[in-house]
Amino acid sequence: MELTFYIAGGVAVISTVLMLSRLNVVHALLYLIVSLLGVAVVFYVLGAPFVAALEIIIYAGAIMVLFVFVVMMLNLGAHAAEMEKQWLTPGIWTGPVLLATILIIEVVYLVRSGAAELATDAVGPKQVGISLFGPYLIGVELASMLLLAGLVGAYHLGARETEKPEIRHDANTHERRTAASGDLVLARTHQPSRTP
Amino acid sequence: MFSLGLTSLLVRRNLIFVLMSLEVMLNAAGLAFVVAGSRWHQADGQVMFLFILATAAAEVSVGLALVLQIYRRFKALDVDELSEMRG
Repeated sequence: MELTFYIAGGVAVISTVLMLSRLNVVHALLYLIVSLLGVAVVFYVLGAPFVAALEIIIYAGAIMVLFVFVVMMLNLGAHAAEMEKQWLTPGIWTGPVLLATILIIEVVYLVRSGAAELATDAVGPKQVGISLFGPYLIGVELASMLLLAGLVGAYHLGARETEKPEIRHDANTHERRTAASGDLVLARTHQPSRTP
Repeated sequence: MFSLGLTSLLVRRNLIFVLMSLEVMLNAAGLAFVVAGSRWHQADGQVMFLFILATAAAEVSVGLALVLQIYRRFKALDVDELSEMRG
C-alpha cells in the first residue's frame, strides 16, 4: 500500500515537473495527462475509486480534449505540417510512455493482489452519493448553475467570431455589386420604394 | 504540486501554460481534500473534490474561449505582449 502510493505520487510529481519545463504545448499536454493518471492512481490507492474514475473521465477525458482542440485551432497555419513532422520524432514519446507503463504495471498489480479491496478506510461511491445529495444539495445546485454559466459564457465567447465573417462577407458582396454595376444596385434600392 | 503549479503560473508567459498550471493547482487542492477525507474516513473530501472538478471544468471552458478570442484579436499568446491596459 505505502509503496504503491509513493510510486504513483512520484510519477505524478515527476510528470508535472516535466510538463512545466516543456517548451512545446503538445508535449506538455502529454505529460499533464500522465500526471492526471498518476493522481487518479493515488486516489485509487487511497480508497477512493469513484473519484479516481471521475478524475480519469473528466480531467483526462473532457478537459484534455478541450485543450487539444484549442491547440489545434491555434495552429491553423501553413507551417503546421512542418511542426507536426518535428513533433513526431520518436524521442518525445519515450518519457510519457515510460511513466504511463509504470502506472499501468502498478494498476495491474493492485487489481491482481486486490489491495484496494483490503483498504479498510475505503470510502465507497455510495457514501459519497449519500452525503452529496444529503447535506451538500445546495452545493450541487450551485455547481450546476456554475456549469450552466460556463457553458453559456464559452458559447458566447466562442460564437462571436462566426458572426463577424458573415458581416464581412455581406459587405464584400455589396461592395462588389456596387463596383461592378452601380445602376442595378441603385435600381434595386429604388424598386422597393416604388412597389408600395 | 500546488507550489509547482504556482511557480509555473508566475514563471511561464504562455497563456495556455498559465491555464494548465491553474489545472495543476486545482488538482493539487482536490488531492489534498481527498487525502484528508480518507484520513478521517469521511466522504466530505470526495464531495469537495467533485465541486472542484465542476469548477475546473467551467473555468477551463471559459478560459479557453477567452484564449481563442485573444489569439484571434492579437495573434499572440504572450502575456507581456498583451499587457496594453494603460490607466
